[in-house]
Amino acid sequence: MEAQRITRIEGSALPMRGNDIDTDRIMPARYLRSVTFEGLEQHLFEDERKGSAAGDKAVHTHPFDDPRYRGATILIVNGNFGCGSSREHAPQGLHRSGVRAVVGESFSEIFFGNSLMIGLPCITAPPERIRELMDLVEKQPNARLRIDLQAGTCESNGFACSIALPPHARQALVSGTWDTTGLLLERYEEVDAVAARLPYVGGF
Amino acid sequence: MGKTLLQKVWDLHTVRTLPTGQTQLFIGLHLVHEVTSPQAFDVLRARGWKVARPDRTFATVDHIVPTRERTRPFVDILAEGMIASLERNCRDFGVRLAGLDDDRQGIVHVIGPELGLTQPAMTIACGDSHTSTHGAFGAVAFGIGTSQVRDVLASQCLAMEPMKVRRIRVSGALPPGVYAKDVILTIINRLGVGGGVGYAYEYAGDTLERMSMDERMTICNMSIEGGARVGYINPDDTTFAYIRGRPFAPPGDSFEAARRWWRSMASDPDARYDDDVVIRAEELTPVVTWGVNPGQSVPVTGRVPVDGDSGMDRQALADARGYMGFTGGETIAGMRVDVAFIGSCTNSRLSDLREAARIVRGRHVAPHVKALVVPGSASVKNAAEREGLDDVFRAAGFEWRGAGCSMCLGMNPDKLEGRQVCASSSNRNFKGRQGSPTGRTLLMSPAMVAAAAIAGEVTDVRDFVQEKVGGGG
Ligand code: SF4
Repeated sequence: MEAQRITRIEGSALPMRGNDIDTDRIMPARYLRSVTFEGLEQHLFEDERKGSAAGDKAVHTHPFDDPRYRGATILIVNGNFGCGSSREHAPQGLHRSGVRAVVGESFSEIFFGNSLMIGLPCITAPPERIRELMDLVEKQPNARLRIDLQAGTCESNGFACSIALPPHARQALVSGTWDTTGLLLERYEEVDAVAARLPYVGGF
Repeated sequence: MGKTLLQKVWDLHTVRTLPTGQTQLFIGLHLVHEVTSPQAFDVLRARGWKVARPDRTFATVDHIVPTRERTRPFVDILAEGMIASLERNCRDFGVRLAGLDDDRQGIVHVIGPELGLTQPAMTIACGDSHTSTHGAFGAVAFGIGTSQVRDVLASQCLAMEPMKVRRIRVSGALPPGVYAKDVILTIINRLGVGGGVGYAYEYAGDTLERMSMDERMTICNMSIEGGARVGYINPDDTTFAYIRGRPFAPPGDSFEAARRWWRSMASDPDARYDDDVVIRAEELTPVVTWGVNPGQSVPVTGRVPVDGDSGMDRQALADARGYMGFTGGETIAGMRVDVAFIGSCTNSRLSDLREAARIVRGRHVAPHVKALVVPGSASVKNAAEREGLDDVFRAAGFEWRGAGCSMCLGMNPDKLEGRQVCASSSNRNFKGRQGSPTGRTLLMSPAMVAAAAIAGEVTDVRDFVQEKVGGGG
């Protein structure tokens, strides 16, 4: 299947502060009880948002409830975002809610890979830049961010920084080959050759 | 220059370099469970693909299964739908399934090793982050998401990026009452929950070499909690002795050939590591988590951190303490617990249950505590029952359940309620992890959970038992 080429992402942003935000927080396990990914966008961070025990007690409005960030397509996060459970339901929920890129200090590997597989780039920038970006967006929630994956830049109203994406991820996104199954099924004789040299496959 | 096991396995399983620069890696064993596979099978169906290697694929049910009433159809319609969907997918695509009534059923990371499916120098993938458990056998095993489950089903391959290797050497004798769980919790505390990102952890050293396979699985299981997607231990005689004779082990004479090959795949003595860390086992104590990630732990004799404690991010500290209801400076021992859970792919194997049973034998759970034991597999359950461990637990006031993930993640009816505090032998103390959005989890070894259940509060298992405590996971 032809995947879409993803080179530029433009839109307003939503800052989600905190290190080590795990996928249990992003998508509580009870929403893994369905055999499809449909409707997951309704349950993002549910246990800490308005209407939950923790959310109703919270001093600050949860960024995902904050009307100023409604319609944001770029999520800004701190370090080790998406750690913990491998549930793809977390990036699926974000993507289905309209998020088209996540910019942060660092990501858990599994979350990064799951996001890439659905065409959701997880882009990194140095901690100081992330701090500036979060401050900027909190002050000017309507600011539009422009991310250029090819050029490796992120800019907005007088702000500009370079962003990083591992070469393979950049390549996969800009060439529209992030849906890997097709690639893996090409030249299948080479796969059979590898299987044939593994003693545990053919028998010791 | 020698090579690490990771490099050898990686090279041997490499099909080619993809146009993206990633490595196409052949997956030797794909383990499948009900929760992360339905959408993947749906894509195969929609695109008219087959499962590439049903002979390298094995499925079971664990995450959503009830551990008490198992009559079909379940009262829980979603759980019923999910199990029925896996049954249908396995039937349609020719995948072997250890289903609900199969005596091989259990947590996927418990049954893989038990059945001898898990072997050294394999690449193993599963739609579950604790797939690192299988690294205890010297396999390169890692968790994947549902789109990658689709890739493996359709092609038996994954597009992967190389990993660095950090060797973590643990040396010396573990003091009595200190277990594999305390070792790994200490490692995560020292290196951080994100410290392993980009790395595979190779656990080595004489302490590890003396450990049983159950203990090694506990260590490798929690690699991902330190950010390392892969954790492994070089295979040795302990590994080979465990595998021999299991249903999927190489049969008869071929076992010797297998053993020679497995040994040759271990890291070379002159292998180069990207990083090296040393841990002294003698210095370790029982560890308890006080916060909302597995790195936020203290020795059982310690206190909840206060502002200004070194190395703590102020915001994270305040947030974790707020959630847990601490102000800082409290001793962790003496924290009242409402629930005691012995189970999960980290600590639900026979040796874990034996060790916990040793502590509860002849004692009784505190009146305010709800305590449950959930064996990791049907086979662990049966073996424990043959030894009478179920009677020991029941007599002490524990509930004795069927195999599954249960209260590790609360996808079935076993959940915390409200702000309950749970002493748990599982691996994650994330906010809301055990099924209540405000529930609180304290991670510790199964022996420590048993002691907490009896005392009704967190307590030092070293004081609790007079006789020498040792062995077990
Ligand atoms: S026991 Fe817990 S951590 Fe292990 S596979 Fe099940 S849910 Fe995941």
